[in-house]
Amino acid sequence: MAPPQFTYDFSNSKAGFKGKSDFSLGLFIDNKWVDAVDGGRLDIVNPTSGKHLATIAGANEKDIDIAVAAAQKAYDTAWGLKASGTQRARLMLKLADLMEQNADELAALESLNNGKSVTIARNVDVNDSINCIRYYAGFADKIHGKTIETNDAKFTYTRLEPIGVVGQIVPWNFPLLMLAWKWGPALATGNSIVFKPSEWTPLTAIRMAELVAEAGFPPGVVNVVTGLGNSAGAAISGHMGIGKVAFTGSTLVGRHVMKAAAGSNLKKVTLELGGKSPTLIMDDSNLDEAVKWAAFGIVFNHGQTCCAGSRVFVHESAYDKFLEKFTEVLKNVKVGDPFEPETFQGPQVSQVQFDRIMNHISIGKNEGATCHLGGERHGTEGFFIQPTIFTDVKPSMTIIKEEIFGPVVAVAKFKDDDDIIAMANDTMYGLAAAVFTKDINKAITTANRIHSGTVWINEYNTLKHQVPFGGYKQSGMGRELGDAALENYLEVKSVHVNLSSPPPF
Amino acid sequence: MSNENLSVELTFPTGRKLNVPTGLFIDNKFVPSVGGKTIDSINPVTEDVLATVSNATVEDVDIAVASSRKAFNTVWGRNITPVQRGKLLFKLADLMERDSDALAELEALDNGKSAEIAKSVDLPDSIACIRYYAGWADKIAGQTIEVDDGGLKSSMTRVEPLGVCGQIIPWNYNIMMLAWKIGPALAAGCTVVLKPSELTPLPALKLCELFVEAGFPPGVFNCIVSEGAVGGAALSAHMDVDKVAFTGSTVTGKKIMAAASASNLKKVTLELGGKSAHIVFKSANLKQAATAVTGGIFLNQGQDCVAGSRLYVQSSVYDAFITELVASAKEWTEGYGDPFKPGALGGPLVSKLQRDKVAGYVDSAKEAGAKIVYGGEKYPGKGWFWMPTIIGDVKQDMKVVKEEIFGPVLVVSKFETEDEVIALANNSTYGLGAGFHSRDANQCQRVLAKLEAGTVWVNQYGILYNNTPFGGYKQSGMGRELGSYALDNYTQIKSVMWDYSDKSEV
Repeated sequence: MAPPQFTYDFSNSKAGFKGKSDFSLGLFIDNKWVDAVDGGRLDIVNPTSGKHLATIAGANEKDIDIAVAAAQKAYDTAWGLKASGTQRARLMLKLADLMEQNADELAALESLNNGKSVTIARNVDVNDSINCIRYYAGFADKIHGKTIETNDAKFTYTRLEPIGVVGQIVPWNFPLLMLAWKWGPALATGNSIVFKPSEWTPLTAIRMAELVAEAGFPPGVVNVVTGLGNSAGAAISGHMGIGKVAFTGSTLVGRHVMKAAAGSNLKKVTLELGGKSPTLIMDDSNLDEAVKWAAFGIVFNHGQTCCAGSRVFVHESAYDKFLEKFTEVLKNVKVGDPFEPETFQGPQVSQVQFDRIMNHISIGKNEGATCHLGGERHGTEGFFIQPTIFTDVKPSMTIIKEEIFGPVVAVAKFKDDDDIIAMANDTMYGLAAAVFTKDINKAITTANRIHSGTVWINEYNTLKHQVPFGGYKQSGMGRELGDAALENYLEVKSVHVNLSSPPPF
Repeated sequence: MSNENLSVELTFPTGRKLNVPTGLFIDNKFVPSVGGKTIDSINPVTEDVLATVSNATVEDVDIAVASSRKAFNTVWGRNITPVQRGKLLFKLADLMERDSDALAELEALDNGKSAEIAKSVDLPDSIACIRYYAGWADKIAGQTIEVDDGGLKSSMTRVEPLGVCGQIIPWNYNIMMLAWKIGPALAAGCTVVLKPSELTPLPALKLCELFVEAGFPPGVFNCIVSEGAVGGAALSAHMDVDKVAFTGSTVTGKKIMAAASASNLKKVTLELGGKSAHIVFKSANLKQAATAVTGGIFLNQGQDCVAGSRLYVQSSVYDAFITELVASAKEWTEGYGDPFKPGALGGPLVSKLQRDKVAGYVDSAKEAGAKIVYGGEKYPGKGWFWMPTIIGDVKQDMKVVKEEIFGPVLVVSKFETEDEVIALANNSTYGLGAGFHSRDANQCQRVLAKLEAGTVWVNQYGILYNNTPFGGYKQSGMGRELGSYALDNYTQIKSVMWDYSDKSEV
């Protein structure tokens, strides 16, 4: 059976791409579009309207087997140690150029499928993705082992070699950007990929697969396999032929991935998981700016960021003023159709997420927190939620302990500097944190004491592809971005050459 | 020929017509020399004037340096992000690729090398070099360092661009030497005043147009053709140039270093001459070795700093090897000729001066009693051609064995033992490259460790990679180009020590 086809006419869009999209919704294996072996199908929804958007092929473990075989063959014959870093770099640069040529379409697809503002998708998601691929393209021929002096009787050196076939599972909040963060270091180091986008937001990954073929990557180097987490995803984590799995998503699912990896072939695992990141507003912050950054920290991407600043702690001397200004900013966030140019916050990605967030809001109210702002659905169509502020919160509350992944923020007071460090660190997560203060010494000492993989000082949610990102504690293991990501995709082989030692006996 | 329009239209043997700018390239514009000076570039095949180009005086150098300084302070250095620097370099590489055939033909026309080799080697390697360094621009990181001081202090290093860099390149690989120099310099955030060779200024001048098209801000890259003793000396002695990088002869390199130290102690890197040894051990694959040996001395007409110009053959395989060697040399002789003929392997030497020098060395060998085994003559007629030449029966103290000839002249000696040949190979003030052929793995390890050369080739010769460093031991130079190492030549380290304790105690 032929896989379904996706056609969409953007010509009536109020902003962004005005062309047409037309591509297969099959599985992309060996540079070809194929249907799922058992003909599985999944529906995807437009979160702005809440209505059906397309039906895609849904893979199961049989399709993963086929993809892994294709990836392994590519690795053995045309990729891995058979393609030089310079050659890999050329293909990756070509891919980045193609992304640039098709940037508007990619942004429109991202917006349509995920619900984020099309302008933000173009200027942030797509731009950063292109830069990320280019960044790692530049690394492909710069992966050095070492020669190491031990003694005259030996010659010792290390080789850094790709792992082989890697599995990559990414979430729905930044579909294209997460793809770039994963493909970049994996391809630069010579690995071939079995990639599973979120079953909710596969469109940009599918379009990227077309660009992979167009760029000239050998068949099998990149395979894009759409499917459910608990079938295709699980098949990847448990596959005996995959040497490494990289997962971004919830901590809950991250545990399953790690367990499956351990239970199968002890494949290497890197995880980028959830967070409950604290924003610290010290007594001497530039309050007006801090308010805006803190707001950005929670409503950017509709709160659907692993590093969202979802717990805001304000020094008691600044609390009232902060809350007043913060409320005003969040009240004025433009919530609406992602294709309207002024929209900042679009819908949440799905009914499931919408229900989860609303449920957390309801629990928050039931546990005695004050719903200071919002707390309701926005509008009547699509999965829109009002920016929501909870006050009078306690550390034991569910909305303080659990990741909500929506535009819902808790605001609390603190008294002194030691007090705040304890409160900030009182979480099983450790992904990000932010400190707002004019005192540089306080900023550095506070940053040093917070247990999180990223600390922002006087800003929020700004990432750079050259700078590593990842979690302490249950926010994950391993780092993405920067040169740190490369080691996730490399094995170190030490070679000892005996020059003159006789055998011991 | 006049230089009034600051442009010349050249017609190539392929029929291609190409406009080449002939002015000094300063602030993204082509301007005449302030002193009105010009210099002619001569076609080494026809001995006719190819073009008359502006010839920078000391005043022009001052203007170029001031322009580069202004650019460094306002639009380059810390005023532009690393990602943007990388983007501009990638764009430059793309443009070079677009124009690569024309650029290769220009290189061949001005220098005399084979146009086909320029197209298949010089241009692709140069483009890949620019891309390689474009990829480094946003990956130059310092360190943060925990120090042994009570936990409320730390250090970090910032890797900062050096500033305005004078870069002086030779005539043997115009486009490649330009790429090797500007790649790391611009990626690191430095601005550049480049002085191409006055013998072969045209390829660099044509490339200047691509810098403008790529979008480099004015003053980031300035290019001034000038005689070495004028422009080169002025850059080396300039009080507002932070660094000079020179590729050329050891004699000139010494002058540059002296001028650098006498003026403002500017940083210096030098890539100088060589008299690289090429060794054939008895276990070698003789045919493979012969191909490597002839390639190593006859490519680019032997005008290569790392030419394998001293051959040492283990005596037990000497006769057999010479047979292979001469057979291989014959292919080169057939391949030498018009640079634009199909299958050309080489053309004339770059200038009359160079050809006379080579002739002088060959004469001195004859006078000293050495034997011309092969070649040994110039070709009749016009053009500064010289035949692939092999000289045997040499003594180690002969000029042809000790001094860099910079032509297609190979001197051949015998040796008995490994220790003997290592001593012979290392008996040189130079130390740029060395190559040897052996199938004995342990011998390979021993020999490569003992040879005093910045690059040692095992069972091959002369192959370079943009990501592998290159440079000289001893009087072949200081510093390394290519690879990550080149970035060190264009950066300086600032250590920042931070006390965030808010305590006041001594």
